[in-house]
Amino acid sequence: MPLDPVLLSRVQFAWVVGWHVLLPAFTIGLASFIAFLEGGYALTKRPIFLDLSQFWLRIFAISFGMGVVTGIVMPFQLGTNWSRFADDTGNVISPLLGYEGLTAFFLEATFLGVLLFGRKLVPPFMHFVAAVLVAVGTLSSSFWILATNSWMQTPVGHEIIDGRFFPQDWLEIVFNPSFPYRLAHTVSAFYVTTAFVVLGVGAYTLRRRRPVEHGRLMLRLALWFLAIFVPVQVVIGDLHGLNTLAYQPAKLAAIEGLWDGGNGVPASIIGWPDQTAERNRGEIAIPRLGSLYLTHSWDGAVKGLKDFPADQRPPVLIVYFTFRIMVGIALLMLTMVAAGLVLMAQGRLDRAGWYLRLCQLTSCLGFIAVIAGWTTTEVGRQPWTVYGLLRTADSVSPSLAGSDVLLSLLLCVAVYLVIYPVGLLAMLRIVWRGPVSTEELEPIAAGRHMAPIEALSRATPEAAR
Amino acid sequence: MTPTLSLVPVWTVILALAVFFYVALDGFDLGVGMLYNFAPDRRARDVLMNSIAPIWDGNETWLILGSVGLLAAFPLAFAIIIPAVYFPILLMLLALIFRGLAFEFRYRDAEHRTFWDHGFAYGSAFAAFAQGVVLGAFIQGFHVEGRHYVGSSFDCFTPFSAFTGVALMCGYALLGAGWLVIKTDGALQDWARALGRRALIGTALAIAVVSLWTPLIDSHIAARWFSWPNIAVLAPVPLITAGLVWFEWWSLDNGPDHAPFLGALGLFVMSYCGIAISLWPMIVPGHYTLDEAAASESTQAFLLVGTLILLPVILFYTGWSYWVFRGKVRADSGYH
Repeated sequence: MPLDPVLLSRVQFAWVVGWHVLLPAFTIGLASFIAFLEGGYALTKRPIFLDLSQFWLRIFAISFGMGVVTGIVMPFQLGTNWSRFADDTGNVISPLLGYEGLTAFFLEATFLGVLLFGRKLVPPFMHFVAAVLVAVGTLSSSFWILATNSWMQTPVGHEIIDGRFFPQDWLEIVFNPSFPYRLAHTVSAFYVTTAFVVLGVGAYTLRRRRPVEHGRLMLRLALWFLAIFVPVQVVIGDLHGLNTLAYQPAKLAAIEGLWDGGNGVPASIIGWPDQTAERNRGEIAIPRLGSLYLTHSWDGAVKGLKDFPADQRPPVLIVYFTFRIMVGIALLMLTMVAAGLVLMAQGRLDRAGWYLRLCQLTSCLGFIAVIAGWTTTEVGRQPWTVYGLLRTADSVSPSLAGSDVLLSLLLCVAVYLVIYPVGLLAMLRIVWRGPVSTEELEPIAAGRHMAPIEALSRATPEAAR
Repeated sequence: MTPTLSLVPVWTVILALAVFFYVALDGFDLGVGMLYNFAPDRRARDVLMNSIAPIWDGNETWLILGSVGLLAAFPLAFAIIIPAVYFPILLMLLALIFRGLAFEFRYRDAEHRTFWDHGFAYGSAFAAFAQGVVLGAFIQGFHVEGRHYVGSSFDCFTPFSAFTGVALMCGYALLGAGWLVIKTDGALQDWARALGRRALIGTALAIAVVSLWTPLIDSHIAARWFSWPNIAVLAPVPLITAGLVWFEWWSLDNGPDHAPFLGALGLFVMSYCGIAISLWPMIVPGHYTLDEAAASESTQAFLLVGTLILLPVILFYTGWSYWVFRGKVRADSGYH
């Protein structure tokens, strides 16, 4: 079988972006959390805020560093593997990517240096400002990259001349129809993901008493945050789904596993979509429910997959299941939050060992949901890179041989399989050691030399100069 | 195309500046990374790493601006050049991953410290080499049909591009040595000055060889430099470069702490000008000029508004962060 450069390039892109997105999914929330902790310390002067900020900063330094180096890979993918896409759409998407660099990356990178290494070198207020600017940078990055992605999903504001896209209205391009929903849904997902990590780490810190107070505070902060954001996220997700129904009906039909459209369509709970037979095997479905939640009417009309030519349907099986994984996790999250709130109301939260263990187990849920949701939206818009206008098969670099991409893919796989386990272990070790209470500060932890961040941030200004 | 009020020259300058900032800034910290392997002991390695730890990330960000800037200003050039240098780009990206992660992993994954030390040094070296290969491939030109690169993914590897790869390694090592002369003192500074002299010998030889080799592979470039009156007008370029080599040698010997870094920057400016003179006005050498490859005017204008506002702000706070972390990095500042 000849190696297909299109398929291999897709696998390579999925591989590098899939691993990369895990990091912003964590650091965007964490940057805001650290800015919150720094603000808490600036206002109350309670050392516990500083301890927690220092603790999470160490974890942030690792995850952000990994996010940077895996992120630099991304814009080059557009050139190396998707040069026809770059040529056709460059006039429209490139300023959005440019604004991401100008408003986000420099801000993050520069002020992260100040945040990590500058605690003793700049006034406390400036240090807090640095924390806020890093958080602002991460959010600005989300804004522009999701504007780009949303334009590819719901392209407007352009004209097509000789097969290439030219901008007509920048406001329309940036604020395209799916952008507000995608931005809200994604950023909220990233915040929830981080909060579940904080919840799990708080539970661990509390159980292991290193130290108890710090664990209690993290647990409560995370729980209150999630009590608001998990329900909000469910509502935003529903609105995003309705937006998809309006603008990407084929994707929505794949999500629903709906082959035959019409009035009063059923809701498929679970089944096995078969793309060639054009039906779901072993399906459990509830009549008319689909129309009810999609159109808010028992008889609402919804398009099915058979309303689209076979070569314009996404791979149904993947989209169908990743969507259900995402929704299943949302239900699990709602349960966790509800249980936590009940325990807190009864004053039993800190002693409920089973619940704290569950918090630890579920701390990775957000990441799985992010990958599942991302896969739903990206596979669901196939076979297009620019929805309905530019096919994925017509986007790939014409010079690439399948063997070239196979080689580069294998190298990427090898490298990512080294760095991710090391990075995860490094972060877990920081968690296992726990936050250091300011009073019992040890300069050399466990006989090892400190990381430059710790060392420099504790050095006196005179010594560092 | 209306010739009035073209933004192409503005974008050419911005992109040239972004690429130069990248080369100068990440150049010195990749250089420090390469010298890292030769550091006398672990204390020295800690100092070397601490001298760039707070700023390397910002430096590397210019690479993103350079690549996205190329896509924004000259999308056709981006779509032709980047696939043509598929493997050097891949090598650079994977090398930069190891280089960037070593800053943290060296401490956090201490059992494998030697692995990450090597990851830092070889990551820096491979990234520098790969960028040099990209440069060499760019100068020698690409096989283009219509709007696409149609050569193979291995065409970029030639003796010439391998040589420019090594040349850029020498140049970055020289920048790195210059940076270390600023940031260190005592025995470590003497060490940096000594390595800097070796890097200078390599850099000077490389500049000379590339200057002679380039006109040999391309008759247009030969005509650009050696036809009358160009030869007289352009004569200052090699003369100033030679003067800078002499200045650099002197300042590495016994000049003030900032002199070697400034001298190395001067050599990069001159080499950069030399390449620009050779290739102007082509952005895809032999095929497309800057004007032909330019993005639509609306694209250029939309991004230019923000760039003209944001770039000075970025330069301001980047400068501020260098000021915050100014001065010598002490060996003991990593041990409190």
